Amino acid sequence: MATAVQETTGEGIQLLTGSEVMAHICRLADVDVLTAYPIRPYDTVMQYVSRMIANGDMDADYIPAESEHGQFEIVKHASACGARVFTGSSGVGWLYAMEPLAVTAGLRLPMVALVGCRALDDPGAFGTEHNDALLVRDLGWMINFPDTPKECVELGLLAYRVAEDPRVFLPCAIAMDGAFLTHSQAIVRLPSQEQVDEFLPPYDRGDLLLHPDNPITIAPQANEDWLMEVRRQSSEAAKNAYTVLKEVHADFRRIFGEDTNPFLEEYMTEDADIVLVGMGTMSLPLRVAIREMRKDGQKVGMVRLKWVRPFPTDELRTALSRFGAVGVIDRDYSYGSPFHGGILFNEVKAALYGAEKQPLMKGFVCGLGGREVLLEDIKSMSDQVLAMHKSGKPDNEVTWMGVRG
Amino acid sequence: MADSVYHIGTQDLPLTRRVNEIPKKAVEEYYTSGHRTCQGCESALIMRLMAKAAGPRSIILGSTGCMYVANTTYYSTPWVVPWMHTQLGSAGSAATGTAAALRALMRKGKMKEEPINVIAFCGDGGGADMGVSSISAALMHTQYNLLIICYDNESYANTDIQISGASPWGANTTFTPPGKKIRIMHKNWKKNIAALYAVGHTKCNYVATGDASYPADLIDKVRKGLKEPGPAFIHTLDPCPKGWDYDPFYSHKLGELAVESGLFPLWEMTNGTLTYTGTSARQVYGSRPRKPVREYLETQGRFHHFIDEDFEYFQGEVDKMWNDWAMPGVIPFKLGEDPSKKK
Repeated sequence: MATAVQETTGEGIQLLTGSEVMAHICRLADVDVLTAYPIRPYDTVMQYVSRMIANGDMDADYIPAESEHGQFEIVKHASACGARVFTGSSGVGWLYAMEPLAVTAGLRLPMVALVGCRALDDPGAFGTEHNDALLVRDLGWMINFPDTPKECVELGLLAYRVAEDPRVFLPCAIAMDGAFLTHSQAIVRLPSQEQVDEFLPPYDRGDLLLHPDNPITIAPQANEDWLMEVRRQSSEAAKNAYTVLKEVHADFRRIFGEDTNPFLEEYMTEDADIVLVGMGTMSLPLRVAIREMRKDGQKVGMVRLKWVRPFPTDELRTALSRFGAVGVIDRDYSYGSPFHGGILFNEVKAALYGAEKQPLMKGFVCGLGGREVLLEDIKSMSDQVLAMHKSGKPDNEVTWMGVRG
Repeated sequence: MADSVYHIGTQDLPLTRRVNEIPKKAVEEYYTSGHRTCQGCESALIMRLMAKAAGPRSIILGSTGCMYVANTTYYSTPWVVPWMHTQLGSAGSAATGTAAALRALMRKGKMKEEPINVIAFCGDGGGADMGVSSISAALMHTQYNLLIICYDNESYANTDIQISGASPWGANTTFTPPGKKIRIMHKNWKKNIAALYAVGHTKCNYVATGDASYPADLIDKVRKGLKEPGPAFIHTLDPCPKGWDYDPFYSHKLGELAVESGLFPLWEMTNGTLTYTGTSARQVYGSRPRKPVREYLETQGRFHHFIDEDFEYFQGEVDKMWNDWAMPGVIPFKLGEDPSKKK
């Protein structure tokens, strides 16, 4: 029998992978329509979901689609008809769906999708890179990067709550590092149905619902007459996403008793001279390396972004201004960009420009294609940032870590 | 109720059968003023007849194409029923997603249960080229009641009349213009669209061809497609004054000539039985002769570069369809001899 995944019960403390947690979030959120198409590594979530449906643990219309384009178009239209939806993809599969991805945001539909971050092959590669998820960052998609299965509970539930808020009505991507999070288990306490019901109200499309009782025309030709205004509304919605996220995160903390920060995680930063900034599972080797470096007396800390859209500009300016120097670690590339840095590096730099106190900043690219980020790599990056801090001069060289030959 | 056994019914839509019954329903229009389609646009007529046949408890999805761009310019809409745009290649996905939402929400008690017609339309680009995979997938899902209509004006007519998989052999399109050296730039025979879907999806209960010049036939086919449980597909041939290059006065006539010449047979496949309808039925089952295809071709500017041998080739292909195919306009081959009995 085909059993790539093993079923787990839906309650209490368990050992779960990131994609398994997301499947439980779909169950707890009572998702109505889901679509699947196979590509590694996101697809395990659909293996878990399909088994829940087969066993009667979840009631939804679940459709294995004929392509990623079909997959995302189906849930886009289901969402317009008032259904809570879930889908996902990885790497070039996510790009095959780029047309529906763009219009879903344009239509202000609160789709929630899992991106199992994967390199954009060719050349063939299954391992994680953030370029796939980050390709939708300009389109109106919200994007979060959980770092552990535990955090998938928080960011998965927040995704639905913020996306479906009428002040926002934008889609949300949950970007999980392929293998390191989608397939790696950790201890998780799943919330109860009562908690989720209290946190997540039913999806109400209001007067935008496509139904014979509400005969509206959706997405006509607006052209130059109105497109500027429509784009501006989307921009306002993306701004609202920031305030709504802050607001509902307070609800999350109250209902689930989790004392987390909505946008950033800081680790050993209180007395730090320098910090390393990263996203997703980069935090795992970072924490270990920082603990070791601290034993050697180096005052190093970590700042991790949980959301890149909405981008926590104010929080990041406040946080990073406290340090002498900052190293930004990208698990992505942006060929030919300013200083040939990664996407995150240039975004963080842009956010800090004009701040009263600007730390020196250096960019790193590492862990591409799922290559392991070693403790030595982190220590080396820390040393380079410390050297820049001591010299007091900017180091504009973006360093690729762990490249052979 | 368990997902596997949950079925929403379909609407009981009466058949018109006769053209003189249509005026009784003349006031019921769900595709009205507010569009800016060309004079003589037969695709717009398909939209009107389709919406009229479906009635008010319907959701209509429209792929990118003329019937999107020319119909729905913001601040105006011809649609009295709810309408939503979908991407060029996703008529099938749009219908599936809409039907899935209705089914899930009704089953779970989140929406009042009632049969709602779900129709997605696409042009020949969306029905014969880019959207084939999405439509094919939609026709597999027997749990969803939906209808996909491909309004075929035989080119990408919205973008400037470029060749599509449904453009007829030899046609002058902006991507296949006749030149000094090459007269026939478009060397492919038109794709056999409705049969492609009928033959390839054995659990799809209803597939038909239609033509706005035969409105009663078309209205009944739309209603049958909607009444039949599960997915359905209709392919219509729509004369297009702009793309085919003729005076709009001839739209209705060209629609008739396409059928009378035997080029576009009208048929319907219901639950595993194929029946020819109208004029085509009299040609297949009776003795009504086919008109020569030359009159049809000569009425259109897109074939003005044809010389005698082109007309002959074209007629020869139509004759072959009627004489050699297992079913004209449907099955382009027939059963061969038993190989063991060959000498």
